[in-house]
Amino acid sequence: MLESLFFLIVAAVAVISSILVITCKNPINSALSLVMTFFCLATFYVMLDAPFMAAIQVIVYAGAIMVLIVFVIMLLNIRTETGRKTTHAILAGSIIGLFVLFQTCYFLTKGTLTGTKGAMDTALVEKVGHVELIGKALYTDFLLPFEITSLLLLVAIIGAVILSKRKI
Amino acid sequence: MLGAYLPIIVLVAVAAAFGLGSIILSSLIGQKKPSDVKMSPYECGCDPVGSARERFSIKFYIIAMLFILFDIEAVFLYPWAVLFKRLGMFGLMEMGVFIVILFVGYIYVWKKGALEWE
Amino acid sequence: METIPMPAINFAAVMPETILSVFAMVLLLVNVFVPGKQKAYLAYLSLIGIIAAGVSVFNAWDAPLALREGFNGSVLQDNFSLFFKGIFLVSAALTLLISDQYLNRENCNHGEIYPLILLSTAGMMLMASGTDLMTIFLGLEVLSVSLYVLAGFNRDNVKSNEAGLKYFLLGAFSTGFLLYGMALTYGATGSTKIGSIASFVAQNAAVTANPLFLVGMLLMAVGFSFKIAAAPFHMWTPDVYEGAPTPITAFMSAGPKAAGFAAFIRVMIFAFPTLKADWSDLLWILAVLTMTVGNIIALSQDNIKRMLAYSSIAHAGYALVGFAAGNAEGAAGILFYMLSYAFMNIGAFAIIVLIGKKGEANNNIADFAGLGFRRPVLALLMAIFLFSLAGIPPMVGFVGKFYLFSAAIKSGFIWLAIIGVLNSAASVYYYLRVMVYMYMKDPVEEFDWVKVTPAIALSLLISVAGVMIPGVVPGYLLQLAQKAVLF
Repeated sequence: MLESLFFLIVAAVAVISSILVITCKNPINSALSLVMTFFCLATFYVMLDAPFMAAIQVIVYAGAIMVLIVFVIMLLNIRTETGRKTTHAILAGSIIGLFVLFQTCYFLTKGTLTGTKGAMDTALVEKVGHVELIGKALYTDFLLPFEITSLLLLVAIIGAVILSKRKI
Repeated sequence: MLGAYLPIIVLVAVAAAFGLGSIILSSLIGQKKPSDVKMSPYECGCDPVGSARERFSIKFYIIAMLFILFDIEAVFLYPWAVLFKRLGMFGLMEMGVFIVILFVGYIYVWKKGALEWE
Repeated sequence: METIPMPAINFAAVMPETILSVFAMVLLLVNVFVPGKQKAYLAYLSLIGIIAAGVSVFNAWDAPLALREGFNGSVLQDNFSLFFKGIFLVSAALTLLISDQYLNRENCNHGEIYPLILLSTAGMMLMASGTDLMTIFLGLEVLSVSLYVLAGFNRDNVKSNEAGLKYFLLGAFSTGFLLYGMALTYGATGSTKIGSIASFVAQNAAVTANPLFLVGMLLMAVGFSFKIAAAPFHMWTPDVYEGAPTPITAFMSAGPKAAGFAAFIRVMIFAFPTLKADWSDLLWILAVLTMTVGNIIALSQDNIKRMLAYSSIAHAGYALVGFAAGNAEGAAGILFYMLSYAFMNIGAFAIIVLIGKKGEANNNIADFAGLGFRRPVLALLMAIFLFSLAGIPPMVGFVGKFYLFSAAIKSGFIWLAIIGVLNSAASVYYYLRVMVYMYMKDPVEEFDWVKVTPAIALSLLISVAGVMIPGVVPGYLLQLAQKAVLF
């Protein structure tokens, strides 16, 4: 009872702040609303028994990526948006949005979407711990993808230097 | 289930209350005698000219990008640290490979002078 | 507190990737620690790395199963992936040979290009041998991120910047589709390992009616179609191919396209064999669209890089014909075709590198006017490559197309084969147009007396040998390709 009440409050904040992201005239305000949305998402992860995901959400998204987004806004010096919104875009967006909403409701009520449960269920997560399970999968079963990730980061480092350093 | 997170919720609530409280209280209790000097951003020194929203140098951007990349590296260290003893020598080796590859990137960035404020 | 058992590691299964990555890291450090503007020696060091990786690929051919599998089923270095690894190494080596002269001319001779090419080759290899969706995805990301950087490598050229940005935005978008498809497939089947997915589908026939599963498969097909530049997901190709540095365009058209096919085939044939009727129809439509769109738009191009971009879309369409056939001949045909395409296309791009001038100038078809009189050897080589692309015997392009279309006929896709042949006939027009300019028009302006460096000469020699020899005696390579698809 208390939990669903808490969920409803956080969900309301998440929806409102994500609406603010796209309606704010000042890009910095949008960015700050996005931070709020990220924090709400982190709360959802906690409620879904995934505290590690929540920590990553805060560390990487709300921390690092938001810094980058704010820097980009300042780099491009985007001022308050002045352009008029085209009605076509609003119309197309609402039609697609309604379609997606309809689709989601349809599948939710019909219940034809059945996933397959993996080995990791809530009981196991509560018994062993979320971080332990992720770590165990990451460092044994997914060892090769884990090592490839470092190659991917290396490529990204080279790319960042090549493309944005003034003098190379 | 959420009981374990109660301290965090309390902390967030206290932080929000403190922030809001300071603003509201100071506007309620404080005296208001505005003058030109008081309203200017800096009370002494030159008068500020132009908007504070100047274009940023791309230098900030590259630092932020490198920060994200090494931040993601750090994310992989958390579960490893939790399992460190259980993974044993093997865990140390696999993380060693991971770190060495990124360390090459770090040396590259350093030698290239991307961390210098040119 | 029990210890976690060590996973089954088998470095032999990722030997070529390891060699390339280590070489890339060493080159990166050599590049910053050794002063000097001349970076050509890095190209030769990379070539040594590629040859070393090639030796390990050669040694791994027909190896016992114990040496092929590794990392708890994340990779499987079978003959199928080894053949593809050969294609990637060939295209990377040819690219390295033609890049030095171009980079010096364009004043962007930064040493980082060599580690990036090596790392992207390693990413392609992981895509080809990955048997876990995660391995395939990360291999694709290593490849793509390197390519985004390589496409924008000529930083002083606006078109190169545009190419890098466009490729990045559209590529990231398509990667989103692919990853979403993988996530849905995982949700529907409970595993990311291709073998487990296949056995789950075999045991639970009901899953094939699950929208989650079908949408997952469809989204993965969309993601891979983007990588191989199949219509209607080809929009990025012309701008990126035109703007990217010419050697990189050559590389992109040969290696990554083959890598996209490798992963596409692996996922469709290994993970969803029971759904063959469904994806075969899907690929039928994709193949027809891709061939037709590529060929029709190529007819009206004036920039030769843009023309070859549309032609490369059309060639992806021909390969899709073999894929739609869904039989072993079709798969072997794709392997053979991708290898021969690497030779003929990089060969053609080598000539474009030679004819081009500083600032990406002189890349129009009209700039080839009179080449046949001024530089007869270069014109002859260009003619050979273009004839091969058009699929005229005795070049290798003809043999490749022949096998692809006959595979389609064997599977009963007669109309598909007919459309393919018609398309191939239409494509002759725009290849011949270049030859008309080369041999029947007078030069508009004098050619710079371009010096053919030994490196480019070597790459042209390898390319022309790769086009002519298998064109006349295709038996050996075809046998290799047929052996590679005996999964």
